[in-house]
Amino acid sequence: MSRIASRFAALKKRGRAAFIPFITAGDPNVETTLALLNRLPSAGADLIELGVPFSDPMADGPAIQASSQRALKAGMTLTRLLDLVRAFRKADGETPIVLMGYYNPIHAYGTARFVKDAAEAGVDGLITVDLPPEEDEMLRVPASTHGLDIVRLATPTTDDKRLPAVLDGAGGFLYYVSITGITGTKSFQEESVRDAVLRLKARAGLPVVVGFGIRTPEQAAAITRFADGAAVGTAIVERVAAVSSPGGIDGVVEFCRQLADAVHTPNVVG
Amino acid sequence: MSTPKPNSFRNGPDAHGHFGAYGGRFVAETLMPLVLSLEKAYEAAKADPAFHAELAGLLKNYVGRESPLYFAERLTAHLGGAKIYLKREDLNHTGAHKINNCLGQILLARRMGKTRIIAETGAGQHGVATATVAARFGLPCIVYMGEVDMERQKPNVFRMRLLGAEVRAVTSGSRTLKDAMNEALRDWVANVHDTFYIIGSAAGPHPYPAMVRDFQTVIGNEMRAQLRAVEDRLPNLVVACVGGGSNAIGTFHPFLDDAAVEIHGVEAAGDGIDTPRHAATISKGSPGVLHGARSYLLQDRDGQVLEAHSISAGLDYPGVGPEHSWLRDSGRVQYFSATDREALEAFTLLCRLEGIIPALESSHALAHVMHVAPQMAKDKIIAVTLSGRGDKDVFSVASALGEEI
Repeated sequence: MSRIASRFAALKKRGRAAFIPFITAGDPNVETTLALLNRLPSAGADLIELGVPFSDPMADGPAIQASSQRALKAGMTLTRLLDLVRAFRKADGETPIVLMGYYNPIHAYGTARFVKDAAEAGVDGLITVDLPPEEDEMLRVPASTHGLDIVRLATPTTDDKRLPAVLDGAGGFLYYVSITGITGTKSFQEESVRDAVLRLKARAGLPVVVGFGIRTPEQAAAITRFADGAAVGTAIVERVAAVSSPGGIDGVVEFCRQLADAVHTPNVVG
Repeated sequence: MSTPKPNSFRNGPDAHGHFGAYGGRFVAETLMPLVLSLEKAYEAAKADPAFHAELAGLLKNYVGRESPLYFAERLTAHLGGAKIYLKREDLNHTGAHKINNCLGQILLARRMGKTRIIAETGAGQHGVATATVAARFGLPCIVYMGEVDMERQKPNVFRMRLLGAEVRAVTSGSRTLKDAMNEALRDWVANVHDTFYIIGSAAGPHPYPAMVRDFQTVIGNEMRAQLRAVEDRLPNLVVACVGGGSNAIGTFHPFLDDAAVEIHGVEAAGDGIDTPRHAATISKGSPGVLHGARSYLLQDRDGQVLEAHSISAGLDYPGVGPEHSWLRDSGRVQYFSATDREALEAFTLLCRLEGIIPALESSHALAHVMHVAPQMAKDKIIAVTLSGRGDKDVFSVASALGEEI
């Protein structure tokens, strides 16, 4: 069983949803990201989304755009990102790591070589925002031979007719984008997200995680009353923006702990 | 042209929007359903005579088509070689070829029931053309424009505002066309329910590259017919400038299967293609994925997109339309480049010799013509697309020439 599958299975056994923090790799530098990665599991992170910085993040709002810029300025590359994952894996063999980003850096690295290196480094899944199902075969096929899950995105515009195409080949979990918009710019409407998530859960055969609009512990708690996990990016990355070295991460870690506690507080599972 | 051509250069893209290894639909899932429905709507419009009739009427009476094919007699004599014909897209309403495509797309927007128009712009010509058609059809319009471009294309910024459009300054990245396109895509993702994104370049996700090309082939089709009427033959060489590549693909496409016609695209070499400051994507880039398509791209080893540099805001783009990438690899079209300095020389020369102030974009095509025409015999013919007029560029040119106005 993959790390992602066993983590969700274990959570299910305890009647818990997953808290999934997002941080951009290399923001503001490699050392700080590694320090954060090392402390996130004990703060309550069940999975970790590690952002792959890109010069043109078309689906991201200002906060994550800025974090990408900070990481690139500090010299972040895919090669260094995989080193970072390797370093994290020395101490943690269980917390799944999912890379989230855009296709071009992978394309430039060499897709086949990348999935092999990523799997060896300890990456578990890939979310590639600009590879819809129609275009992801070139990544999905080599990824599956190395046991990497291709995590697909479903959105409010993914209707019933399109859903089978999204689910066909989906691995790990299904990521539901709770808003029509870029990261960190709108708030979700709980009722419509709930309807969508229940519809997806009935058909996906995979855990359904919600992201893109969750900023507070209260919102994370509300979402995980019906979803299998809550992904929080912008609100964390905004706090990372104030950090310049590994010594300054306490506030970020504490915020993640609050989010995790809210998610893990026993809920009536929908 | 009577026999069917299974190996035609004009059959692309395939059903998935691919031109060989290029093109495709590399967009976020939120946009996918919309991109697919746009494709359907466009296919339906293409098959509807009423759509073509309405577009043709607007092109004639609103844009002023057909645009003249002008024999540049003094330029020809000055260069001492091939006869040079200019396809006068600069004489279109709004002063450039961009309006051809904007009219087609806004008619499509109306068919799809979209009520809000967005666009990106570099030089401002596409923004002005979009603002124009939005005014003509009474739809609100938002144009994203890099802060740097707003500074160097002030007259067009004011023009867009006069036309009722809201111009939003883009302050991310290099603050030029690439970033304006990122921001327009972000707007689109957030407003899919009512918004139509009028893309001006032959770039973006399928069906845009094919659709923009189709709306711009009026340039090449007219050029072909006009030259037949005057010279009773095809040109030996067809030339156009290439940024994203919309005027070029519209010029080239009708000639692609005429093996005797040589075709040259001209990119912006900025300070020179061996310096870091240029926008010669095809000449110096490598395949990558940006703005919805796989195509040649200016990028570093890690796949981060590089900033392009050109005196011409309209060519200042690190990508290029996917069909150009395919035509380059197939060898059917050859791509060259002209530096800022060469473009300025061509700009000045056309002003003095023909009484025509060309856009800085088009001046790159002219610079290439200045280079090749003298090497061709006097009975040869070059047809070059003058994609826009240069009124918008007078401030940039003055500053490049060290003059104050």
